[in-house]
Amino acid sequence: MNFYLVQFLAGLASAASLFLVSSGLSIIFGVTRIVNFAHGAFYMLGAYVAYSLTERLSGALGFWGGIVVAALVVALVGALLEMLLLRRIYRAPELFQLLATFGLTLAAEDLSLLIWGPEDLLGRRAPGFRGAVDVMGLPFPSYDLFLIGIGPLVLLLLFLLFRRTRWGVLVRAATQDREMVAALGVNQKWLFTSVFTLGVFLAALGGALQLPREAVTHQMDLRIITEVFVVVVIGGLGNVVGAFLAAILVSELNAFGILIFPKISLILVFLVMALVLVIRPMGLLGKAEGPTRAHASAAAPWRPLDGSVRLLVMAAVILAALLPFAAGDYALSVASELLIFMLYAASLHFLISTGGLVSFGHAAYFGLGSYGAAIAVKSFGAPMLAALIAGPLLGCLGALLFGWFCVRLSGVYFAMLTLAFAQIAWSVAFQWNAVTGGDNGLLGLWPAAFVATPARFYWLTLALVVPAIAVLRLIVFSPFGYAFRAVRDSQLRSAAIGLDRQPIQWASFVVAGTFAALAGALYTFSKGSVFPDNLGIPLSVDGLVMVLLGGIETVSGGIVGALVFKALSIWLTSQTDYSKLALGALIVALVVAFPKGIVGAIEGLGGRKVRP
Amino acid sequence: MTVLSVKGLTKSFGGPKVVDNVSFALEAGEMLALIGPNGAGKSTCFNIINGQLSRSAGEIRILGVDTSGLDPSRIWRLGVGRTFQITETFLSMTVIENVQMALFSHHRLLTVWRKPARHFHAREAEALLDLVGMAEFAGRPCRQLAYGDLKRLELAIALANEPKLLLMDEPAAGMAPRERGELMSLAARIAKTRAIGILFTEHDMDVVFEHADRIMVLNRGVLIFEGLPEAVRRSAEVQAVYLGAGTLYAESHA
Repeated sequence: MNFYLVQFLAGLASAASLFLVSSGLSIIFGVTRIVNFAHGAFYMLGAYVAYSLTERLSGALGFWGGIVVAALVVALVGALLEMLLLRRIYRAPELFQLLATFGLTLAAEDLSLLIWGPEDLLGRRAPGFRGAVDVMGLPFPSYDLFLIGIGPLVLLLLFLLFRRTRWGVLVRAATQDREMVAALGVNQKWLFTSVFTLGVFLAALGGALQLPREAVTHQMDLRIITEVFVVVVIGGLGNVVGAFLAAILVSELNAFGILIFPKISLILVFLVMALVLVIRPMGLLGKAEGPTRAHASAAAPWRPLDGSVRLLVMAAVILAALLPFAAGDYALSVASELLIFMLYAASLHFLISTGGLVSFGHAAYFGLGSYGAAIAVKSFGAPMLAALIAGPLLGCLGALLFGWFCVRLSGVYFAMLTLAFAQIAWSVAFQWNAVTGGDNGLLGLWPAAFVATPARFYWLTLALVVPAIAVLRLIVFSPFGYAFRAVRDSQLRSAAIGLDRQPIQWASFVVAGTFAALAGALYTFSKGSVFPDNLGIPLSVDGLVMVLLGGIETVSGGIVGALVFKALSIWLTSQTDYSKLALGALIVALVVAFPKGIVGAIEGLGGRKVRP
Repeated sequence: MTVLSVKGLTKSFGGPKVVDNVSFALEAGEMLALIGPNGAGKSTCFNIINGQLSRSAGEIRILGVDTSGLDPSRIWRLGVGRTFQITETFLSMTVIENVQMALFSHHRLLTVWRKPARHFHAREAEALLDLVGMAEFAGRPCRQLAYGDLKRLELAIALANEPKLLLMDEPAAGMAPRERGELMSLAARIAKTRAIGILFTEHDMDVVFEHADRIMVLNRGVLIFEGLPEAVRRSAEVQAVYLGAGTLYAESHA
């Protein structure tokens, strides 16, 4: 019994940082409508800066002062970023906002690598809270008791700030109606900057306070941001009290989940999140949003390829088929990989461009395809061709399950939930050693004898990828594809002509997931192995960048985007150790300066020629 | 034939009743106007009939079918067309594709994925566009249309499922005076030839009195008058609601 109490208290202590970061994210979203992906990075930076300061400053004052100053320093960085970058993208689509802030995250990871080195850093213990106290006969870290007090204290301070100050009233007003607040003559720019700064301060403080509890690492950012997304999905985005309750709920589920499913503790969190979403899709304390009005897209209506372009594409496919006669083995294996990622990008592009569904966890289905194929071979002794069916089948099942929940939400909620599901799939692959091999992955998965040479495997890949992409295009221009686009274009009109949004989006989600899984299954045999990275956030984001690079408002821009991006990143990795920094900068530059993408820009040129 | 019958319709959003015990019926081929000052409950009434809002009490039958618990897309399948106060169309598509989309849904082609959409019901869509005088715009991107043309496109979309009931929420709002008359004449003509019952709300009294066969007046959620246009014009009660009779204070002090 006492053991459970200690476990419960440990859960409460973990909730403190989670609440700080989640409330910061929620406050920023409430006013600016931006889901700040970089919040995890600010959390991580808070911990790193606090480490440096507390190592240099001595004494109790040095430690506690260091924690607070660290949060202030990071908040200042946040304010600068808001002024330089975010102000340019407040009106952009949410995909751009999420991507730009994710670009910041990538850059921050490499910058912290540059400044603080690759090793995990262990910080000082907190003066005054070094030992343990006795809780019903069991030792309990006194610092954890301190953390348990911090959560409610910050909640109280936030409450006073929002209820008792003029600034707080403005923030609450802006959360309800931004236009009205602007119409009343409030300087929006500074309101946004100050809100963002406060949010970043909370995240950095959350990170700094973790210093005595755990080592500072480069993985802190993505780990916390996933939990934070789960917290705000459960609690309701934009609601601080909801964030508080959900942070406690998630932390307790984690604390006790370890006892029930020691290997896969995230499962419990997943089940509870699923339950909440079924009962209250807007979260425990969130408010339902009304139907959005039709939005105009700037691009011309889509057309199937006309004669000359179709010939061009056929010529390209024939050339691609002839490649093995001209290229060496290394070039061919790179070419196979390019083809695989073209299919992956095309499947994500279908979701985003046709359906307006911005998935931040598309790698989940790629990875399920990889693991499905690998497990079929390793655990069931299946031949390669059967494994190439098993992979997409597993991806299809995963998309059926996760998609059912995801299509209940829309916009940023959809994005966050897809990411959370992908992380859950990742942690299953990471922790379920017996089947997935855990961190070590599964090795020795080579293609069958009849495609054992790079040239033959390349032909197999080409023979699967080209028809798959063609089918995706076929779907876009079919009545079903039109319906998928219609529910994106106008919710009110599509309901008024008998279209049910959720089944249409669910079916499309499954289609996209299955094709991504086919790409993943091929990837398994092209690499000869699978690792949890195949379902990781970085791969999901790579897909988004490919789509963005190719052009969101195009039919098949993702294919071109994949080609350019993958070639670029293979080259970048060979040139620099800091490829994340370069990639992050590329993403931010794309969003701010080149939002139409490559194909979009080419179509723009073509359009001008036709109408001089 | 009665296409729409409403009995004792009541709605409150937690507070006072926004729609209070409203009953009426609409016959095929008839144009029925629902008018009333701002805040009278017209839109609420409308959105309950089309399924966007739930009712607190009352019965609605469309072509004899009780609509309680049906969402907008189910109600559409009963044979109800609809236009919006602010137009809602598919802006990423061309004009004809907008109409085709409604036809795909009507002919249950939504699960077809192997054939290009342009092969389906293009001629039927052209005929509908021709009916509303939009045939020449068929290939235009929808987002390039002028507002008046969007309204006509909405009418074509609304006719795609061969409706027996057409719900038009302020059909003439935002249009130039001449366009308004044309659109309503068009709607009236279609209603007569196809035996469609039209229920519409409108603020422009010229439009209402020229085109409505019958007029209902709603005030503070209560149906205060119903009758032919001449009778509405003469009604002292309606005049009091629209022009004011200095009774506001007398009522509240009583």
